[in-house]
Amino acid sequence: MSAGTIVSLPDQSTARIPKMNFLTRENGLLSWLLTGDHKRIATLYLISITFFFFIGGALAGLIRLELLTPQTSLMAADTYNKVFTMHGIIMIFFFLVPSVPATLGNFLIPMMIGAKDLALPKVNLLSWYLYIIGGAMGVYVMATGGVDTGWTFTTPLSTHYVNTHVISTALAAFIAGFSSVFTGLNFIVTIHKMRCPGMTWFRLPLFVWANYAASILMVLGTPVLAITLVLIILERTVGIGVFDPAKGGDPLLFQHLFWFYSHPAVYIMILPGMGVISEVVSTFSRKRVFGYTAVAFSSVAIAVFGFFVWAHHMFIMGISNYAALIFSLLTMLVAVPSAIKIFNWTFTLYKGSITFETPMLYAFGFMGLFTIGGLTGVFLGTTGTDIHLTETYFIVAHFHFVMVGGMLMAFLSGMHFWWPKWTGRMYPEKISQFAAVVTFIGFNFTFFPQFILGMLGMPRRYAAYPPEFQALNVFSTAGASILGVGYLLPILYLTWSLKYGAVAGNNPWQATGLEWQTQSPPLTENFLEIPVMDHEAYDYEWLEKQQEKEVASVG
Amino acid sequence: MDHISPVLWQFLQKWLTHFALFPPEASTVAPQSDALFFFMVLVSLIGLTIVVLLIVGFSILYSKKRHPQAVQIEGSTLLEATWTIIPLGLFLVMFVWGALLYFRIYTPPANAMNIYVVGKQWMWKAEHPGGQHEINALHVPMGRPVQVTLISQDVFHSFSIPAFRVKREAIPGRYTTVWFEATAVGTYHLFCTQYCGTDHSQMIGDVIVMTPEDYKKWLESSTSGNSLAQDGERLFASLSCSACHNTRPDARGPSLANVYNARLTLSSGQTVTVDDAYLRDAILDPSQHTTQGYAPIMPTYRGQISEEGVIALVEYIKNLDSDYRVQQTLNTTDLLPETEGGSPRRPAGAKAPAAEKEVKP
Amino acid sequence: MSDSTTVANGAAAEAHHEHPPYQRHHFETVDQQFDATNFAMWIFLLTEIMFFGGLFTAYLIMRNWYYPAFVAASHQLQIGWGTANTVVLIASSFTMAMGVWSAETRRRKSLVLYLSLTLLFGLTFLGIKGIEWHEKWEKHHIPGEHYSVQSFVDPASDVEVHKQYPDDKPLQADMAQKTEEYFFLYFAMTGMHALHMVIGIGILIFMIFRARAGAYTTGHVTFVENFGLYWHFVDIIWIYLFALLYLISRH
Repeated sequence: MSAGTIVSLPDQSTARIPKMNFLTRENGLLSWLLTGDHKRIATLYLISITFFFFIGGALAGLIRLELLTPQTSLMAADTYNKVFTMHGIIMIFFFLVPSVPATLGNFLIPMMIGAKDLALPKVNLLSWYLYIIGGAMGVYVMATGGVDTGWTFTTPLSTHYVNTHVISTALAAFIAGFSSVFTGLNFIVTIHKMRCPGMTWFRLPLFVWANYAASILMVLGTPVLAITLVLIILERTVGIGVFDPAKGGDPLLFQHLFWFYSHPAVYIMILPGMGVISEVVSTFSRKRVFGYTAVAFSSVAIAVFGFFVWAHHMFIMGISNYAALIFSLLTMLVAVPSAIKIFNWTFTLYKGSITFETPMLYAFGFMGLFTIGGLTGVFLGTTGTDIHLTETYFIVAHFHFVMVGGMLMAFLSGMHFWWPKWTGRMYPEKISQFAAVVTFIGFNFTFFPQFILGMLGMPRRYAAYPPEFQALNVFSTAGASILGVGYLLPILYLTWSLKYGAVAGNNPWQATGLEWQTQSPPLTENFLEIPVMDHEAYDYEWLEKQQEKEVASVG
Repeated sequence: MDHISPVLWQFLQKWLTHFALFPPEASTVAPQSDALFFFMVLVSLIGLTIVVLLIVGFSILYSKKRHPQAVQIEGSTLLEATWTIIPLGLFLVMFVWGALLYFRIYTPPANAMNIYVVGKQWMWKAEHPGGQHEINALHVPMGRPVQVTLISQDVFHSFSIPAFRVKREAIPGRYTTVWFEATAVGTYHLFCTQYCGTDHSQMIGDVIVMTPEDYKKWLESSTSGNSLAQDGERLFASLSCSACHNTRPDARGPSLANVYNARLTLSSGQTVTVDDAYLRDAILDPSQHTTQGYAPIMPTYRGQISEEGVIALVEYIKNLDSDYRVQQTLNTTDLLPETEGGSPRRPAGAKAPAAEKEVKP
Repeated sequence: MSDSTTVANGAAAEAHHEHPPYQRHHFETVDQQFDATNFAMWIFLLTEIMFFGGLFTAYLIMRNWYYPAFVAASHQLQIGWGTANTVVLIASSFTMAMGVWSAETRRRKSLVLYLSLTLLFGLTFLGIKGIEWHEKWEKHHIPGEHYSVQSFVDPASDVEVHKQYPDDKPLQADMAQKTEEYFFLYFAMTGMHALHMVIGIGILIFMIFRARAGAYTTGHVTFVENFGLYWHFVDIIWIYLFALLYLISRH
């Protein structure tokens, strides 16, 4: 182990990837398409969401290109409307919502709790198929003319005023929603019922707590989106008017139903990422997470409070002033647990022994950018300023800071951290650190100017804008091109590492956690014998003793 | 803004506006909104600086080279309490301040003059009570509270004037209101900030703030000849409303004279205040808005009347005095109250109608 | 079935290689498997509650807004058929529970009988629903192009309903139009419920075949028990529908 890194690889001249692992256990397409192994399903998800991420990313590129000039120069207004709609739908439903839970969560949770698989492997596979069907429908919609309602499907625009593929898109989201419900259901049952002996709730890694909280949201919130989409489809086909004021319906009813899911959805998206950060910060400081209980409970608090703040998306829509007050107050309450986490992670660094490998760089990026994103959320949760800032680029900047600067960075952090466990190979450190820095710089150049644009009043979803906004838009697009490079690099070097990366061994990071006690890549059944958990989470002293025992027995 | 030197503030604001980094402050509420905004920016900067300094500081002090052995620390209840209570406290301050600002922006003063704005795909139609109609433009006087009553003809739109720091959704099916008092002459952007279809980006207009004298001149030159109330009067007749709503003793409908802002008891026993929203609902959904003592026989006019038509009727009823007749000789510019005492119903400059009693059939 | 302790233990690990054929390999014991799948079904039912919840919310809000229209429209539902359906479904829940008991006590023929009765009752329910919906079609109460407010604007023209509710006054045109909203929610809610019944019936048919082959009477009762939960849930949803759609406006 050299001074500036904790990486500890086996002797490369003799090290080999274990012949028998979950990747080599069976061969052939059917063994993958009919698998029950949570790790294979996680791999299927990883490939799928990467595919959708790049489609969504390409659409983002188109948006930024169009916004280089104040006029609609690159594409017709209708096309632009379709581009940002599809960008939102794909990124939210087909990338962010499944990202950490369906890939890292699926892969790690059974191992982290000492189980051989999730409780319901067939439901897990079904979940992936539902995701693929929903995604295929989304691609079909894009290929046959697209949809231009905005990802928020605002009525009556979506029900009566556009003639694009609203029904197919709603169905695609509906089906993908059930994918999410089944993943969450599986996680809840697994975490409750399949912990190994000795694995009490407070010995669980914080990653498990975070995914558990997100699963509660998935299970309780997504069905409401489902029924809302059904109502949209019915209103478009039968034309009743449950959202149409001319027929006695109320478009605001749609807003309430839609945001009742879509606000918890953002916590579904961020909580698993926060779980990743807990693991990474702990490992690269060699320390138990500061305030374990606080971090665990704050995840659950975010999940619970997250259900009670939805109307902060509706402050200007004519809801009663008093309702706005209540939702604003609750929004302030939901902001606090996130602040608690940031401080706890920061203080995990205190008196630690810190190294700066790629996962840690991404984690630092997360902490800074999520702080900015989260604080700007308070700007928006404050009713008075929300009036000026809502529906402008301030909102766009806010959610990209938390979702891209936050969640996506956490996802990349986790992918790099667990890559050696997943594939048995290490990724190349120098270029990955470079990519992390490029991403961070590109991100800030892209999205920080958008806060200013929002304060200036530039509305969102505009293809054309007054000329005085151009300078900041050009700046933002320039940043986006840097950001694109930052996201392209991991695809390239991670693929490279599959063949040429160093053999990682069981525990290249010297990390605690049951998953690091297995081989890399793991066996299909994870453990030959169910382990017994006899130490606390993040117990580095236990790990040291473990390593001493190994050295003693080998030597 | 009395806490910061006015000179410094003006300089900062001018500089920021000139470099298109900050919108102009052109209404009474804009500085208040900006004060809260800058407070939040300050708190955020301090918070971010603390977090970044801690991260960077700890990373340097406790890097593996300098601090090879980590010290396991479970936590600190004191620290947890600190970083729970202080952020919560700050957020609650913002909440209260923001709530006061919110109520202020969405509670129009009693003496605000009213302008109706109908949003439709993809334009804003402004209707001044004096009968001036504008598309994608809004002329307002400086120094006078203006209430905008909004409604959409089709989908959700959002009426946004960044320079005034106000924004309100225009919703199909109900009125929403927002008010402002412009403080600086000039032309400012009017945006639609709720995605509404193909030409959402083209739904941009201008808000033109004029001195009261210039505004008067504009009113005179842009009138279509009839005030909104007069348009409403004509509609009232052509839709046969006067068949039931008249001053005859055996009238089948309640008299509408002086009904605006009055308290009304409905046949369900409920008591309501007759405002714009009530009048609109009563025209379009009469069965739920039957005055006590009258039979529920009023037909609905939904589908027979446009939003502009409803606005004209509402405006007519607002100005209705006991003689049931809007002054034909009413000079439209008189609808601009010269003094603060003008009420929305009766313009301060209008003559009392007592002298001219024309009985309508 | 406590959550804070774990289910597997060392003794079970030794007995690992001697497990019933229906125990999946990622479970340590049959109990853990049953526990987990049962819990999973309960959570799934929770998601179903949230799913139906949206519709119930919309219904209750609109009922509050358009009370006269909703009362008049609910008078169009025949309480006789609704009660019959309720009795049928409760009976089917009873036979389902008896089926679960049969599986637990390893009575194969009894299980097949009770599952078949449950199926019969389920089909009866759908049949009665079909009759009711057909009646709505005949009276032009299906929302859409052919919807007619005749029965509400002129109650006397609707003889059967008028006999049951002679005090119902005619509605004004705009309020009468709101009855279409009622029927939209009526069809959405009963339709969604019927869809869940159809899915349940499909699974029941599958189960009857498997039960005849003795799959559920050798100790592996999980499937039957969990399906029983689902079936009872669908029954409970109907009871709420019966109360909120049929009973609520009777005097």
